Amino acid sequence: MSEGIGARVTRKEDKRFITGKGKYTDDIRMENQAYAAFVRSPHAHATVKSIDASAAEAMEGVIEVLNGAQLTGDEIGNIICGWAITSKDGSPMNMGAWSALATEKVRYVGDAVAVVIAETQALARLAAEAVEVEYDELPAVAFAEKALQAGAPEIHDNAPGNLIYDWEIGEEAATDAALAGAAHVTEMEITNNRLSPNPMEPRSAVATYDESEEHYTLYTTSQNPHVARLVLSAFYNVAPEHKLRVIAPDVGGGFGSKIYIYPEEITCLWASMRTGRSVKWTSDRSEAFMTDAHGRDHVSTAKMGFDADGKIVGFKVDTIANFGAYMSLFSSAVPTYLYATLLSGQYNISNIHCNVRAVYTNTVPIDAYRGAGRPEACYAIERMMETAARELNMDPGELRRRNFIGEFPHETPVIMTYDAGDFDGNLDKALAAANVTGFAERKAEAASRGKLRGLGYSCYIEACGIAPSAAVGSLGAGVGLWESAEVRVNPVGTIEILTGSHSHGQGHETTFAQIVAERFSIPIDNVQIVHGDTDKVQFGMGTYGSRSGAVGMSAIVKAMDKVEAKVKKIAAHTLEASEDDIVIEGGEVKVAGTDKAMGWHEVGLAAYTGHNLPDGMEPGLKEGAFYDPVNFTFPAGAYICEVEVDPDTGVTEIVQFTAADDFGTIINPMIVEGQVHGGVAQGIGQAMLEQVVYDDDGQLITGSYMDYCMPRADDVPFYTIEHNTTVCPGNPLGIKGCGEAGAIGAPPAVINAITDAIGTNDLQMPATPQAVWTALQSVQTPMAAE
Amino acid sequence: MSNVKMTVNGKSVSRDVADTTLLSEFLREDLRLTGTHVGCDTSQCGACVVHVDGRAIKSCSALAVALDGAEVTTIEGIADGQNLHPMQAAFKANHGLQCGFCTPGMIMTGIDMVNRYQADGKTLTTEAIRDELEGNICRCTGYHNIVKSIEEAAGQMSGMAKAAE
Repeated sequence: MSEGIGARVTRKEDKRFITGKGKYTDDIRMENQAYAAFVRSPHAHATVKSIDASAAEAMEGVIEVLNGAQLTGDEIGNIICGWAITSKDGSPMNMGAWSALATEKVRYVGDAVAVVIAETQALARLAAEAVEVEYDELPAVAFAEKALQAGAPEIHDNAPGNLIYDWEIGEEAATDAALAGAAHVTEMEITNNRLSPNPMEPRSAVATYDESEEHYTLYTTSQNPHVARLVLSAFYNVAPEHKLRVIAPDVGGGFGSKIYIYPEEITCLWASMRTGRSVKWTSDRSEAFMTDAHGRDHVSTAKMGFDADGKIVGFKVDTIANFGAYMSLFSSAVPTYLYATLLSGQYNISNIHCNVRAVYTNTVPIDAYRGAGRPEACYAIERMMETAARELNMDPGELRRRNFIGEFPHETPVIMTYDAGDFDGNLDKALAAANVTGFAERKAEAASRGKLRGLGYSCYIEACGIAPSAAVGSLGAGVGLWESAEVRVNPVGTIEILTGSHSHGQGHETTFAQIVAERFSIPIDNVQIVHGDTDKVQFGMGTYGSRSGAVGMSAIVKAMDKVEAKVKKIAAHTLEASEDDIVIEGGEVKVAGTDKAMGWHEVGLAAYTGHNLPDGMEPGLKEGAFYDPVNFTFPAGAYICEVEVDPDTGVTEIVQFTAADDFGTIINPMIVEGQVHGGVAQGIGQAMLEQVVYDDDGQLITGSYMDYCMPRADDVPFYTIEHNTTVCPGNPLGIKGCGEAGAIGAPPAVINAITDAIGTNDLQMPATPQAVWTALQSVQTPMAAE
Repeated sequence: MSNVKMTVNGKSVSRDVADTTLLSEFLREDLRLTGTHVGCDTSQCGACVVHVDGRAIKSCSALAVALDGAEVTTIEGIADGQNLHPMQAAFKANHGLQCGFCTPGMIMTGIDMVNRYQADGKTLTTEAIRDELEGNICRCTGYHNIVKSIEEAAGQMSGMAKAAE
């Protein structure tokens, strides 16, 4: 069986996970290890008057209690947001100071003010309870719209009115004119609910300071250990990069929440230097709900204008984005360049304008969560399209088809250039797989059982493979977004791939090995993928934004090109042939059309013995590459959801979910389908189950799995998956990316289906049974009237 | 502190532990069997499921001292040497895991449900598998391949049970 590109091979990494031998951060125990527990604010907004740690410090086994004054005294820097956004009036964004341990003021429930280092975790937690902090409570605000109102409590001195930036994209006057001249305008208020990412592995950090070498080692739950090291060095002043090793071992899911460098990792590193002990901190789930960056939380008003033929003439969106109490690492980019730039969807729209106000509130910081901006854009567009179709009395598929972009490249009015796609083909596949022609019959059958059936569509497009470094640099990014790779061919012919991508469930150890197997004609078991350790891999930008295939694998391809060129030179020299005639196949390096050949391993050995190499060639067989993408990639697809609602209870069952995706080249269909399954489940979770709830005082109500409804196995269906591939022209393998599509495309499909079933559009996420039942009470459904 | 004796994965163990020590802590910290994971603090997620005297329990919700004399099986103890348990093999064959963190609990829960249904002579339908997974949360897979994995393993375990008769 082939193990190369397109092969459905099972995963190399599975064995350690299914036998309990995975090595996650909390599984690590250093010699001389102590434990950290944080003293956290119970108030959403307060001044810190005093911290009295004497009782805690007197407890046997407590090593030290440290606070923010000591942290800033040691010149540990403030936590920063790495993407500068400029307001439409030209002013820079208003970034408030964020210290890893708060000093004068706390700004959300969970904001840490001190840390206890003790001999055991239990003792550290007990001692943290004994630290007496005196607060002066201040009025708090949890909701972005309220935070913008006059007289709202102000959270940072340098952000008047709690406004971080007021940003726009597109032409407002032209869009207004287009809407004024439209034959029909659809208007909606759209809320994108607040979510907690909830990877199953809670965050964890183990920090060790070696005084003799003045060197730090940090094991941590990170999606991007090199970025962590860079930020910890360059901005937080923990240690220079060559004196800091960051290792992200097995990481149990990320979904964005493990991109960021949090107060806890900084504090553990600093505390390890202060105490001379290895310091470990592992979050519990309740702590995760109040410290892991949340996702989404947009409130928007949208207007979409159509001409008499159902063609979109203009789309205008006004969005308020909640940022929480501090600006997290990528927060500013999410509701701007990852959101508003996707508001053209799959459609030919001449006029688009979007205004975004970013706002501080007394809540957990908000940042990228699976999809990051693109789910918000897709939800707005696809709810509008379905609603417009209903208002225009048109088939929702037909309305979309009339507006689909059919020619590529296509430049949108919101700075994206789509490079390839087949939107009609995606929809065709989805319609066929979902058997939409049989829907009327199924609806009638459901009605005979007293149930309401509904069908909802979503045609999503997203931008992945972030991103061309010069382009994102011009838009304010503080880093380049290339990727690196190194290919090491050993003297025996086995290969190590060192990659800056990081796998936390995506299966890189398998898929990355597959592209090597394809190129060099060796078994995937002879390929080892090395990642997640700054001492082993020189640099890398990590895994997020569905970039590991399009960017990470492209770097590997680039390095393999160099290896292949050298291999061919060596073989040509040894076999006395022309380089152009050398081919690599069947485990051999051959002269095409002859029986002259060297084993793959013989080339490796020749390179390392150096006994007979072409004149001037260096020995060894190792090449590195940095790959900087030329454009974003544009995965797109058509999703169709079919639901059945019980009108007596509002309980909604997803009876069928069909996804037809165009991800470009697929390396391993099994893994890609798994990514869609998981993404769609998260999309269904957002649409029907999940909601972070704060009360008016900024108290977090959903602080555990007792209150925050995660999707369970009986909440979701088996998914029907189709692929409709157009190859991405922008990278060597033709990959677009698949990690976030499900979470982007699913929510509008689900809500469009439920609103179709219940006959009212007045429904926001999450569509819980109570919400659906309540919405049903506002309409006289035909069934209720009977 | 109390002395606790157990049989864990077929081996006798004895440790002095604090009375507040949870079974999950005892396994992870005292015995260093770190395959049993802890993903929540309210006994919802199921990453910590192990078998105690042949039944699945959440090890985060049991005190070690309360299980003196118990026979405990963890994810590390279900393979027969190099031969994977059919449930382990099915999770690999069906891509029933991604990040791997919930996987030990899923596998231990899966084995338990198959054993119970077989003992009761009931058929483990995919609907029943989904119901039985109420106490196990996965954030990566969307459950599709987990349900398929357990379904396939149930068939194989049934065949093994019949062959043994």
